Amino acid sequence: MTTGPLRETQLQRTRRFSFRRRIHNRSRRAPPPPLASPPPSVASLPAMSIFEYNGSAVVAMVGKNCFAIASDRRLGVQLQTVATDFQRVFKIHGKLYIGLSGLATDAQTLYQRLAFKHKLYQLREERDMKPETFASLVSALLYEKRFGPYFCQPIIAGLGEKDQPFICTMDCIGAKELAKDFVVSGTASESLYGACESMYKPDMEPEELFETISQALLSSVDRDCLSGWGGYVLIVTPTEVQERVLKGRMD
Amino acid sequence: AANGVVIATEKKLPSILVDETSVQKIQSLTPNIGVVYSGMGPDFRVLVRKSRKQAQQYYRLYKETIPVTQLVRETAAVMQEFTQSGGVRPFGVSLLIAGYDDNGPQLYQVDPSGSYFSWKASAMGKNVSNAKTFLEKRYTEDMELDDAIHTAILTLKEGYEGQISANNIEIGVIRADREFKVLTPSEIKDFLEEVE
Repeated sequence: MTTGPLRETQLQRTRRFSFRRRIHNRSRRAPPPPLASPPPSVASLPAMSIFEYNGSAVVAMVGKNCFAIASDRRLGVQLQTVATDFQRVFKIHGKLYIGLSGLATDAQTLYQRLAFKHKLYQLREERDMKPETFASLVSALLYEKRFGPYFCQPIIAGLGEKDQPFICTMDCIGAKELAKDFVVSGTASESLYGACESMYKPDMEPEELFETISQALLSSVDRDCLSGWGGYVLIVTPTEVQERVLKGRMD
Repeated sequence: AANGVVIATEKKLPSILVDETSVQKIQSLTPNIGVVYSGMGPDFRVLVRKSRKQAQQYYRLYKETIPVTQLVRETAAVMQEFTQSGGVRPFGVSLLIAGYDDNGPQLYQVDPSGSYFSWKASAMGKNVSNAKTFLEKRYTEDMELDDAIHTAILTLKEGYEGQISANNIEIGVIRADREFKVLTPSEIKDFLEEVE
């Protein structure tokens, strides 16, 4: 057994050597166990569908020579509400409106692109686009992005030739679905389907249509945590457009 | 005409040995738009191909048949492109595009420069000044389509050297049913007999 500095170095070497071996061994062992509970950060919640990131509810209904389109007003970032006056229904021209549910950023960008295309169309052809034509345009635009889609489900509602109401919806890659009575989309769509199916009657006058669509919207968003904070309803007839803001359960 | 459009042309073949049925000067661009040309045949074929493709692209985007003005505008834009790009020459054809859409019957002339005009009645090619004078006298706005066909045949006859027959001319017609049809030789023969 040596003494003095040599012994010290030997010890140091041994310590250092075993220290390195311990690190090497640790990397071969299983990773350290996770913390007891995840830190309170919103971003690390279990994966939500991208369509449920912002939360939305949009519905359109056909009445007698008129149509109604309505949406909720909540903008959320997963569970946190960020705005209570978010616009989801946009005007294309006096008799054509589009409601965009799903990811809010895609809704806004898609609306800007569509408004651009429609304005050019108006300048070139010197007339407004028919709702059926506009629906085909939206469908083509969405399918262009087939493998990197806009995460939106549009609802298109308009008065066509001879002021016949026209509504349709499509999925995020452009599969058109025409309907004669009502169309729904958004996180609250399942409750909306049920509510509309039971409350809808054909050939309703504008006032009755307003009541029906408002009730359907409010009762459905009450069942959905991601949409709500009131409603915004537009009733469009050949002669006028009525906008109303609804106050429901503000949560 | 008031309820349709008619376009007609003479088919001048280089020799009597040429099979007339293989030469088609009047073509359709869409089921409701037809076109006739005066000038170089091959240039015409290229333009017809491009215009048909543009009409179909429009339909694919909007699921609506292209209005006549839009197709004329796009065809004229192609012709203008070839007057300004490098290494290409302008198209050696003037087109008469006839169509029937929601704005009624329409007739457009497109020049190699790319400028286009809407006409109630027009002529181009050989003998154009005489033909136009004849049309100015004979054309009325509310004439029926059959009268218009007769007028067109007479206008062709004015400048035709030799004998007009059902095989030497081509006539294309769109009526209110919005279907562009090239008349068969037997139908042309009926009209010729009426004119005589």
